[in-house]
Amino acid sequence: MKPRHRRTPKVLSAVAMLAAVPLVLAGCSGGSSASSGGKVDSITVLDYYNQGNDKKVIGEYLDKCGAENDVTIKRSLVPGASLIQKVLQQASSKTLPDVLMLDNPDLQQIAETGALSPLTDYGISTDGYAKGVLQAGTYKGKVYGLAPTVNTIALFYDKKKLAAAGVTPPKTWDELKTASAKLTANGEYGFAVDANATYEGTWQFLPFMWSNGGDEKDIATAKTAEALSLWTDLVKDGSMSKSVVNWTQADVNDQFMAGKAAMMINGPWQIPALKDSGIDYGIAQIPVQSASDTAVAPLGGEVWTVPNTGDKAKQQVAAKVVDCMNDAKNQLAMAKLRYTIPSKTEVAQQFGKDVPEEQVFVDLVADARARTGELGADWPKAATKIYTAVQSALTGQDSPADALKNAQSSN
Amino acid sequence: MTSTATHVAPQRAAGDGSTTPAPRPARRGRGLRFERIAQLLFLLPAVVFLVLFFGYPVVKNIVMSFQAYTTSTFYTGEAPWVGLSNYVSVVSSQLFSTALLNTALFTIGSIVGQFVLGLLLALFFRRNFPLSGLLRSLLLLPWLLPLIVSSAVWKWMLDQDSGVVNQFLGIFGIGSVPWLTSPAVALITVIGVNIWIGIPFNTTILYGGLQDIPTELYEAAALDGATGWKAFWSITWPMLRPVVSVTLVLGVVYTIKVLDIILGLTNGGPANATQTIATQSYDLSFKQFDFGQGAALSNILIVISALFAIVYLRLNRKAIDD
Repeated sequence: MKPRHRRTPKVLSAVAMLAAVPLVLAGCSGGSSASSGGKVDSITVLDYYNQGNDKKVIGEYLDKCGAENDVTIKRSLVPGASLIQKVLQQASSKTLPDVLMLDNPDLQQIAETGALSPLTDYGISTDGYAKGVLQAGTYKGKVYGLAPTVNTIALFYDKKKLAAAGVTPPKTWDELKTASAKLTANGEYGFAVDANATYEGTWQFLPFMWSNGGDEKDIATAKTAEALSLWTDLVKDGSMSKSVVNWTQADVNDQFMAGKAAMMINGPWQIPALKDSGIDYGIAQIPVQSASDTAVAPLGGEVWTVPNTGDKAKQQVAAKVVDCMNDAKNQLAMAKLRYTIPSKTEVAQQFGKDVPEEQVFVDLVADARARTGELGADWPKAATKIYTAVQSALTGQDSPADALKNAQSSN
Repeated sequence: MTSTATHVAPQRAAGDGSTTPAPRPARRGRGLRFERIAQLLFLLPAVVFLVLFFGYPVVKNIVMSFQAYTTSTFYTGEAPWVGLSNYVSVVSSQLFSTALLNTALFTIGSIVGQFVLGLLLALFFRRNFPLSGLLRSLLLLPWLLPLIVSSAVWKWMLDQDSGVVNQFLGIFGIGSVPWLTSPAVALITVIGVNIWIGIPFNTTILYGGLQDIPTELYEAAALDGATGWKAFWSITWPMLRPVVSVTLVLGVVYTIKVLDIILGLTNGGPANATQTIATQSYDLSFKQFDFGQGAALSNILIVISALFAIVYLRLNRKAIDD
């Protein structure tokens, strides 16, 4: 008798407790309203434009496109670094938004999961876009994401400093070396890049690697080693600070604005800050090894996608909103407000005429290459290898060739 | 906990029975059962909490480490079983030995620095002097700042060319130190910043321990001629021992998993010089989206921390037995 009295409640409560666990867990994940059919009043949007001008402009155009389709937009914002985590969490709890923004190198990764729907299913036209833009938005032959405006990086230079030193913006690597050396004096450096241990560092190295014929599939090549040697030489002869291995693109821009670097590699998103700083800057293409080489720029920017939420009616409306964001007029207007480049080639040409300062970017974007173009979802591994090699070469741990060889063979 | 509860229950039930001269078995049984249920109900919140917030993540992480857990898994729920292959690739990676060594150096360096400086400050603040209370509370400041803020400020101060630290050293003719940009120096710098962050914790706990040592002991010792160092070694240190072991073990467990400070200062660079098991695990899971390998690496880290916890429990038991 006694032992039984003692056991039963324990067992019972244990069972009750275990039974409660899934209930509690299920409680966390609920909340998706699968109301197929009927009129759609509102759609949800998730993006990472959570600050200042970008937040305002994107918000205005989302609302505008919502109004054109008779829906209200319920927009959620997260910081850039936590977007993917948020998306994965929503994918597993089946609470993905109706419209989702993704950074273009992440698109293939997310499309691979099956969480996104092809935009062509909704009859969205993919004509007129720059090649790289479609490349970035395509997974297994289908377009899953389109970017209204895109960006890339170029050479920014301080006009006053170049004039004082009697140099013109460099076009080749040799010119870059001599110009940087001449511009280096009194604790100020000639040139600055972001070579930090993140994908940002990889992104800045790509134009040098690609323009010289290097390739992300195998970085242990002489072509890529030449590009890396250019960077190491610039650090070795003192034209570039050793601190570049720890600078973000924002840090590089700060150095440039503070007059501590006469030239830098950066993108058009820095233009508002540069204008505020009152610095007299010019923009040129990133130098290539010999004048006959073509500059290959990496494509940056965010694509808009329509996740598979299961609610067909909402997905249709969401696709219309994505289409509207990519409308030629809206592309041009947003490009001007955000200093980015329209993704449709013809619109970009018009933009170049209206904003001549950014013509350099227009030219580069037309032939820009998507980071995931070759490796797709395997890009993150290759990108890690690239910044690892850049870091060990710039810190003098290995020669450029050895650094690339070691990084390529690492798993 | 449960074992003590079972021992207590029958005794108390017997006590209740003694008040009634002729105990009836049925009633007694029911009373016993209600009491048991009540006891278990008191335990329930703690058990639910542990299962939900401790048991579930740990089990999930262990299961994950044996699966090919990728981004697709989040949408499809499919994670093929891959046995030990995640562990094999993580351990055979070139980075593993570097990360393991860095983790060891980072942990030992931080703990030694934090503890020694923390103890010295605690001893210093035991003397009462004007403004000692105010200074002691100011000492907590590094603890109150969000880690990402303090690491951003340190990164800025330690910049090789324009950082305030090098400019200050320049006054004394010391050339620019590559704090965060040289693979040979970066780990030492990161340890230094982590020591700065850890001092308040060590000082606070050790100061609390010092307050518990009766002053009469020192007075008596002083009469016998034991002051200064002698008093420290024969009174302070032995009396402080239990607090010291808590501080050290908690310190190790906190330090071994440090992530934000390293990410904020160097991102594991330059050239992997500050890559630890924790940063590497974060990198695998949240940058390369290989959640299986990330989980495998973090399990290795959990095992290492658990070893320290076991050592601590052993030492503690020995101290009680003695």
